[in-house]
Amino acid sequence: MSLKNVLENFSYFRQDAESGGTHKYEHRFGMAIDLDICTGCNSCSTACYAENNLPVVGKERFEKGQAMHWMRIERYWDEQEFEGDFAEQGAKFMPMLCQQCGAATCEPVCPVAATYHTPDGLNAQVYNRCIGSRFCSNNCPFRVRYFNFWSYYEDSWPEPLNMQLNPDLSVRDKGVMEKCTFCIQRIRVAKDTTQREERPLKDGEFLTACAQACPTNAIVFGDTMDPDSNVSKLWMKHQVQRGPFTHKKEKANEELRGYRVFEELNVDPSIMYLERVRDTEV
Amino acid sequence: MSQVIQDKIIDEKLEWSRINSDVIASMQAPRKAYWITFAVCVSMLACAIAAEMYQYKMGLGAAALNNPHMWDMYIATFVFWIGMSHAGTLLSAILHIIHAQWRKPIYRFAEAMTTFSLMTAGFFPMIHLGRVWNLYWVLPYVSDRGIWPNFRSPLVWDAFAISTYLSASALFLFIGLIPDMAILRDHTTGWRKKLYGILCLGWRGDDRQWRNFRRTYMLMACFLIPLAISVHSIVSSDFAMSIMPGWHITTFPPYFVAGALYSGCAAIMTLFVCLRYFFRMEAYMTTNIMEKTCKLTFAIAMVWSYLNLVEFAATWYGHNLYDKELLLQKAYGPYAPIFWAMLFCGSVVPFALCFQKLRRHMPSVFVLSIVLQLGMYLERWMIVAPTLSLAHQPHQWDILWGSVIQWAIVFGSFGWFGILFLIFVKVFPCVSMYEVKELCFHLKHEIEEEELEKKHAQQKAGVRQQSGGTVPSGSAGLEGA
Repeated sequence: MSLKNVLENFSYFRQDAESGGTHKYEHRFGMAIDLDICTGCNSCSTACYAENNLPVVGKERFEKGQAMHWMRIERYWDEQEFEGDFAEQGAKFMPMLCQQCGAATCEPVCPVAATYHTPDGLNAQVYNRCIGSRFCSNNCPFRVRYFNFWSYYEDSWPEPLNMQLNPDLSVRDKGVMEKCTFCIQRIRVAKDTTQREERPLKDGEFLTACAQACPTNAIVFGDTMDPDSNVSKLWMKHQVQRGPFTHKKEKANEELRGYRVFEELNVDPSIMYLERVRDTEV
Repeated sequence: MSQVIQDKIIDEKLEWSRINSDVIASMQAPRKAYWITFAVCVSMLACAIAAEMYQYKMGLGAAALNNPHMWDMYIATFVFWIGMSHAGTLLSAILHIIHAQWRKPIYRFAEAMTTFSLMTAGFFPMIHLGRVWNLYWVLPYVSDRGIWPNFRSPLVWDAFAISTYLSASALFLFIGLIPDMAILRDHTTGWRKKLYGILCLGWRGDDRQWRNFRRTYMLMACFLIPLAISVHSIVSSDFAMSIMPGWHITTFPPYFVAGALYSGCAAIMTLFVCLRYFFRMEAYMTTNIMEKTCKLTFAIAMVWSYLNLVEFAATWYGHNLYDKELLLQKAYGPYAPIFWAMLFCGSVVPFALCFQKLRRHMPSVFVLSIVLQLGMYLERWMIVAPTLSLAHQPHQWDILWGSVIQWAIVFGSFGWFGILFLIFVKVFPCVSMYEVKELCFHLKHEIEEEELEKKHAQQKAGVRQQSGGTVPSGSAGLEGA
């Protein structure tokens, strides 16, 4: 980017990240997660561990908050239930993973630009470039970035288990930040195939490990730029749009259950959640 | 004018040769207390080195950091040391250009403190990195792969700001030392003579050299002031540029600068008392100077308290759910004892400085300054930790109170600072000899002038009595002056 380029295209570079920024997208992968169907079975999380070479850190480190679950199932109880016997109504589950924000707060703060926006609408994390200043994680409202606090690989996969590691991606060493990539290795394979066969990417041609593993199909994955994809249809049905947060939605309509977490921070998350329908009044 | 004699900051009758000999005596033959303090500092540093080696080998999990607490005491301590470095610039540069004479006997060690606390602070961003060995990637060196750092990141600004400030303040310290180096060259023997002979850069003390020296010193002072302000503003943008509740605050830059000057002044008070006591510098570091330092500290403490209130009010009336909840959690939640201790130490304790008796009583000043610094450390901790503990995502709420490794490194940083400072006071003069001489000279003249004027006025009064009360209006004005 030369100075001349900057001066000539100043208004282009001045576009704010909240309204799309300067990115030229080929795809914008996104999700719709239906919390009403989610049973909290953790199979998405397990699939993620298997697919992405996530180390199992053990009880002690888990309790310290050093777990590496890119896809985690968060459990919430209503307050009055929390006081009394919550077992009857049970917890509410929320699968939380990197939201691949369009205006990601993690990106501008990285001192070495190890995290950046790809033309696929993803926040890529370059492990080799990361120096571990951890500002990205501090600036993430969802707290979905995980840091290699230890050399986990040393004890996570004892002898025969190392054979199960996914050869399509690396095993990370200590001092590096990592996070959900929407299974970028699968995206790569699919894109390479479509390029070879000279055809556009079909919806459902590949799925992320979590979406593939979900027994109730609560997780729908796809390209939100493709209007015919399942995920786009869901987004449109629930009147959730890309870009800055607006209050246009008619709240009265009970059919409209879609929302994006921390939408009001204008980070433009790529994941739409569908509210849980409750049996009882809260 | 009588003010000069009343609040005489130093005895103007100090012989110049005595100033030389006193300061040189303070630099020679370390006593037992010095070696004990030095040994303590070295062992503190050894603890930190051991802890850092372990952490380097094992990863940052050794410091018990976890997912919400990606930063912790390292960053709080980093801000603390950076803050400490501001008082030296305040004393030597800001007070220099506004001609505050009382800074002269105490600015040298304050400036040394600036440089050394920056050298201490600089370690923390390195220690806290996950991959320290790739530290240089933050710098915009020319790479054949055309990879640059991310200039949008406040951490990159930090790297620039701190390295600039460190080199500028070290240069400023050195420039201020030149005339004293020449004095020392003339009064010492052996390796010291050689060292000072090189460092004084051929200083002869002729007119041209003094003129150039003054000009350079003033230039550096003017350069350093905006630099000092900008450094801490940039450190504050490490927080203010994020979107986290409790960090994303507009008043952070001035708040950080005020806090920096505050903790720096408190540190100056501590070192003032130590040097006065251990080096028997009573003639130079007088109670009157301490009083002025205390008053300055009080004023800055009030600015800091005001900015605190601004922050609370802005949060309270801003009605941002996350910010407001965090403020409430600070005041009533798990961090409440630390929050109230911070406000007590930072905003209530300084009122003790309103009492002249306390300001002039060195042991109480010492205790007060330690309490103020504690308050300021807690402030930094309260900035870093609660936001991480209680940010947006409730699932990741967690409380963390440091860990052994973190404490060891933080502890050791004080040892490192102590070692540097102890070496400094024995190798370089901790009181600026030439400026004290200047001060005495000016003071003597001011007092002489005042006495002359008094005499003059008495003569006038005598004339008036003789002439029967008819005085021309011009001389009446003189009398009033």
